[in-house]
Amino acid sequence: MSTQQVVSPLPGTFYRRPSPESPPFKEDGDAVAVGDVIGLVEVMKNFQEVVAEVAGSAIRFVIDDSDAIMAGQLIAEIDP
Amino acid sequence: MSISSVFIANRGEIAVRINHACRKLGLRTVQAASAADLDSLAAHLADAVVEVGPPPAAKSYLDVERMVAAAREAGCDAVHPGYGFLAENADFADAVVAAGMRFIGPSGDAIRLLGDKVAAREVAARAGVPVVPGSDGRIDDVARATALATEIGFPVMIKAAAGGGGRGIRIAHDADEFARFFPQASGEARAAFGDGGLYVEKVIERARHVEVQILGDGERFVHCYERECSLQRRRQKVWEEAPAFELDPTVRQALCDSAVALAASVGYRGAGTVEYLYDAATREFYFIEVNTRIQVEHPVTEMITGVDLVEQMIRVAGGEPLALGQDDVRIHGHAIECRINAEDPARNFMPGPGTIETLSVPQGAHVRFDSLLYEGYTVPPFYDSLLGKLIVHGADRADCLDKLCHALDGLEVGGVPTTVPLHRALAVDADVRQGRTDTRFLEPWLEQHFKPSNSTPGAAS
Repeated sequence: MSTQQVVSPLPGTFYRRPSPESPPFKEDGDAVAVGDVIGLVEVMKNFQEVVAEVAGSAIRFVIDDSDAIMAGQLIAEIDP
Repeated sequence: MSISSVFIANRGEIAVRINHACRKLGLRTVQAASAADLDSLAAHLADAVVEVGPPPAAKSYLDVERMVAAAREAGCDAVHPGYGFLAENADFADAVVAAGMRFIGPSGDAIRLLGDKVAAREVAARAGVPVVPGSDGRIDDVARATALATEIGFPVMIKAAAGGGGRGIRIAHDADEFARFFPQASGEARAAFGDGGLYVEKVIERARHVEVQILGDGERFVHCYERECSLQRRRQKVWEEAPAFELDPTVRQALCDSAVALAASVGYRGAGTVEYLYDAATREFYFIEVNTRIQVEHPVTEMITGVDLVEQMIRVAGGEPLALGQDDVRIHGHAIECRINAEDPARNFMPGPGTIETLSVPQGAHVRFDSLLYEGYTVPPFYDSLLGKLIVHGADRADCLDKLCHALDGLEVGGVPTTVPLHRALAVDADVRQGRTDTRFLEPWLEQHFKPSNSTPGAAS
């Protein structure tokens, strides 16, 4: 299986952690399971979870915490 | 007035509103804009625009140093903070003044004092403003607490002194329940917060949210009567009115006088709002908090009094004495404001940023539309969903509601979901028309009238 891409379902602000004081949902290199939350997208003060739809041995984020994001923009890649 | 050039440290419809007030006074305007707001209506209307950072507010509109530096570099001599963002940030107010500019609002010290819930309650009580009856701080002894609760009258709330955001609250309906809950609550508070301290407060069951507009120049203080803001969803106001309906004139007088007494006791300067819970059954009102800024719903007050609140706050910030006496402020008719948000009431208020394809706005002497909209504008996803406010004035409340129905029929925003259908349904609702509403009215009403469909919006793909 090839590397899977996770893209943002919505435009907004991307967060890697549930709150500013919390550790990130996932660190670079962490394994992920189907259904794991990997981040949040804030759309007009409304928070939507971004959930992994594939499992993988390692995740690699390509955007930073609290960066602006467009719908369809790449958030992370997941290695099989 | 010692102000000639105003830096607008906000965005959206309130930035547009501030720009209009500055124009009226002949002042130059410089608009702060994040990278996402360079094409906003506020940016187009201002004399100059300064980019203050990337789209997320934490990196632009909430960055104190950056905002102050931008205002200085643009040659402004005053800063208007609007509402939200840095409007009630005392350090921002201080930094603006330290940089040699006027802050269009109260002093940093006043913001700090009134922004602290406990301190504000003490200020209010000292000024003779009724506060929610309670233990005035911690109470440890069960017998003493039970006696106090009985004196206050049930139901009462038992709150953890170290809690917050609704955590650690229990409601006791009689003395037996109270005696049982009190030790439990203390144990839970100790486990949750490491502090078993409790305090007791009366529950106001069918409360309305009523708030008084105040204006001050540091020496003279007036009120501009009250607003009724009971229609709320998740503690967010949805629809506001002025004046409050079915308020006895003597109650109105006492309410408004108490807000002026509070303002005078701290030497308030600028526009502010004193918020109360009002129990219509007992005709008692209780202090909640002071908001040290212009509020979203200020236009309903402007519609019934004719006072331009934003103009007044700029004038007093510029050193002019307050030109209004209390006798100059009178109530004419009734006004209602509907908040038009980019949210779909049929989909659990899911926000929907996007491009405004068509826009048609109702016209008329009794209609006002404060908004950030123009055709072709793309509403960015980074900020709150407020697109604008439809405000209607009538001879009395019934006339105002009739005119509101017509105005809502004439408002069409194409391209994004809006809360217009919600307001159309509210404006013809029998309970709303009869004024049978309180702060717990809207959420059950929405369950009945705007039950979310089963589709799950915005699932990750």
